Amino acid sequence: MKYRQARWDEPLIFELTSNQDRETFQLGDDYFAKLGKETLTEVAQDIVRKEDPNIPNLSEPEVVRHYTRLTQMSYGIDVGVVPLGSCTMKYNPKICEDLANDERIIYAHPYMSEEHLQGLLEMLYTLQEWLAELTGMDVCSLHPPAGAAGELTGVLIIREYLQDKGYTHKDEILVPESAHGTNPASAAMAGFKVIHIPTDERGNTDLNALKAAVSDRTAGIMLTNPSTLGLFEEKITEISDLIHSKGGLLYYDGANLNGILGIARPGDMGFDIVHLNLHKTFAAPHGGGGPGAGAICVKKELADYLPKPLVRREGGRYYLDYNIRKSIGRITWFYGNIVPAIKSFIYLMMLGPEIREVAEVAVLNTNYFMKKIKELPGIDLIYGRERWRKHEVVISFENLYRETGVNAEDVAKALLDRGIHAPTIYFPLTVPEAHMVEFTESESKRTIDEVISAYKDIVRQAYEDPGKLKGAPRNTSVGRLDALRANHPRTLAPTYRYVKKRNIDG
Amino acid sequence: MPHYWIPNSTKEVKQEILKETGVDDVEEFFKDIPEQLRLKKELRVGFGKPLLEHEARRKFLEILSKNKFTGFRDVHRVFLGGGVCVHYIPSVVRAIVSRAEFYTAYTPYQPEINQGILQAFFEYQSLMAELYGVDIVNASMYNVSTAAAEAVRMALRVKRGRKRILIASSAHPEIKEVIRTWVKGLNVRLEEIPYEREDGELDVNVLRAKLSDDVAAVYVESPNFFGIIERKLRDIIEITHDAGALAIVNANPLSLGVFKAPGELGADIVVGDAQPLGVGLNYGGPSAGILGIQDRKELLRQLPGRLVGMTKTVDGSENGFMLILQTREQHIRRERATSNITTNSGLEAIAAAVYVSLLGAKGLKRLGEALLGRTTYFLETLRKRDIKAAPLFEKGLYFREVTISFKGRDARDVISQLEKHGIHVGPPLSRFYDVMHDCSLLCLTELHSKDDIDELVSKLALVLGGETG
Repeated sequence: MKYRQARWDEPLIFELTSNQDRETFQLGDDYFAKLGKETLTEVAQDIVRKEDPNIPNLSEPEVVRHYTRLTQMSYGIDVGVVPLGSCTMKYNPKICEDLANDERIIYAHPYMSEEHLQGLLEMLYTLQEWLAELTGMDVCSLHPPAGAAGELTGVLIIREYLQDKGYTHKDEILVPESAHGTNPASAAMAGFKVIHIPTDERGNTDLNALKAAVSDRTAGIMLTNPSTLGLFEEKITEISDLIHSKGGLLYYDGANLNGILGIARPGDMGFDIVHLNLHKTFAAPHGGGGPGAGAICVKKELADYLPKPLVRREGGRYYLDYNIRKSIGRITWFYGNIVPAIKSFIYLMMLGPEIREVAEVAVLNTNYFMKKIKELPGIDLIYGRERWRKHEVVISFENLYRETGVNAEDVAKALLDRGIHAPTIYFPLTVPEAHMVEFTESESKRTIDEVISAYKDIVRQAYEDPGKLKGAPRNTSVGRLDALRANHPRTLAPTYRYVKKRNIDG
Repeated sequence: MPHYWIPNSTKEVKQEILKETGVDDVEEFFKDIPEQLRLKKELRVGFGKPLLEHEARRKFLEILSKNKFTGFRDVHRVFLGGGVCVHYIPSVVRAIVSRAEFYTAYTPYQPEINQGILQAFFEYQSLMAELYGVDIVNASMYNVSTAAAEAVRMALRVKRGRKRILIASSAHPEIKEVIRTWVKGLNVRLEEIPYEREDGELDVNVLRAKLSDDVAAVYVESPNFFGIIERKLRDIIEITHDAGALAIVNANPLSLGVFKAPGELGADIVVGDAQPLGVGLNYGGPSAGILGIQDRKELLRQLPGRLVGMTKTVDGSENGFMLILQTREQHIRRERATSNITTNSGLEAIAAAVYVSLLGAKGLKRLGEALLGRTTYFLETLRKRDIKAAPLFEKGLYFREVTISFKGRDARDVISQLEKHGIHVGPPLSRFYDVMHDCSLLCLTELHSKDDIDELVSKLALVLGGETG
């Protein structure tokens, strides 16, 4: 496919005027501004801001045009395919955006009395119930603002639960080597020691290594199932029995739930705690990096440890329940990220019991792609070569790199030139020169075919004219960027102010 | 069942793909899931069947109409405070963040195809840096509560070995709870510094007495939970530095149009919440947490979260933007990462950047003045009338939020009486403190006209019954 991204030489917002102030958008009215000014003259002058911050004064149309041009140099799922593995970049239904941004939600104050917000609370309560059903867990809370915050919630629950049982010696959390980096990071944040477990050739957690690692000190295991390799943990029941037999808990990282949604449930597999990423599996948009919304779901025995508050129902009335006996406390102020949660509520309301279709087609898409792509030279699957994938597949360009010098990054940049957002690259760390590809259910066969032929074309070029690929991308707003310069202490440029102060050539 | 969100869900397409994949049935792909784990029943999700779009819209509105709160029409009578207040969301902000190129994008891992979003993040970082008077601001945290918790954790890493954190007792109670939760497992002691009864400001003498070489950081808010501006912020920061600790200051961005930036006053780490910057209340979230630091190596190395930087193309011909210093982050550093944060609040950060660009330095200053003017006006009006209510801290400098005492009357009772008149005030302080049962917060913003404030005072008079006639 031919692709030409917009290339505006759009200046920084700071450089849009030549010191000629415009009349800016006003929210301050004369009467009160005057009163405020008078008040300021009466307070100690060393706390009053004397110099305006260096923020340009622009008119409304100038601001709108500036940011609109920036959107034209951006690429989201509505522009084209974004097959970032483990990110579940599915279509964000417009109806969800349309409804969730209702004034009654975006202007709702978190301390408004529950009596005035019964409708909103009913939706949140209902969503909690639906998520419990989908995961096979007993209680779900919408408290964590994102997946990683859900993980922190989960490991803190493990910590407090074990402490209450008197198991203070349990200070190790097991994490497979293929896990998302958030798992070890979250476990470490809660004060646990992280023990890494290798992956076997079939792509499962190495059961022998796991048995060797499990001990009295095991507090729990954090598993992503299907794994980041897109493979279902075949021995999940054995793992569950093993960990439980040592008094440990099982934590389910819900990042990859899309591959088994409505087909199998973590609760039935023996997991005690589950976090969900509503912005992945349940179609709330990623917003260029956030906001997300996480849910945390637990089995009955752990319900007393959930963060405060929970939305509950009593006699047809919905309320925020702060009476959670052993609560770990608060991971965030207020109640979590409500607007994305409402989007997920709408998404689930529209799919209803047919939700299984999502996983079926997502998995169908992955395997179709895998079947075609593994025929290409220079590509290998490394783990579980003969197994079917679930939501994603990881391909390795190690051979291509060895044979042509073209690496996973070069291939990624060449995809950009064809109007395709690159997959997640160099992850998981256990797969050399990795591309982690996830199409979700939202991509058509035609799009997947386009991606396959783009890969074909790039691999062919790698063998014929590898030097050319080093020059990619060419059709994007800018050419390949200098990461060394970006990260070098002498040329580091994190803000405009920093650049000006240090006189960095920009 | 086929669905119009799922292109390959029709039977024909499925069959075609299955055939090309060499498989007869989709079930084949799930055979490695143990039989007893495969669901046989239909899940109870949704309302019995998939809803069509118009049906879903109808259902949604049906449920939401159970809200008594009707949205913008009501906000002029919503005087609720407690860290967040009703503020106007300019249409320009909504228009920009509703652009699908932004809101349907992922984190810009491939910078060349996402220059626009990266530039917007860079501008957010840069604009917040100007406002807060620091040189480095990251690409956002979830909200100010987690920004504060991360700031505390960061300070503990920078000041390795120091195991105490001093927190202003006047800080937002929920932020304090968040900090407490996030440091579980770190073996540190959190201690509170009381506030002065006269003016609601931090008790500097106690701070001085409590500081020693085992304190990693002091956390203070201005305006604090009571709405009070810390007029001795510079001293607080200096005393903190004298003890070798870091000063973490949480400031409301809208106060910074008129009050000195915490960075200028020497704060090492600044935090704030982008909620008033066109983000909306969203029933408490999402918002964006602002987190900035002074330009010092030891701080930068421990900074959590994403950071966007300016660079050049490999051939040096053009400027561009990309994520930088990623080796601090979880996907590379794993258990040694500065934080587990991945998803942040990108879109809210962009909303904040657009808002600040739209108002400019002029508009921000003016809004700051107008907010302060309302606080002054409310307090004066209250004082002029003989009502059994007064600001709790008589000598305090309030900004936007006011702590009001109902002189012995239970605040919960007053609040529910006011609610009957359609006026929302709160939260009552008894919610967070054992004492102060007769106190409540209230908040005055640009959405409240002079008439709205007069109405509030009249209703207070009516409910409190101080005035006759």
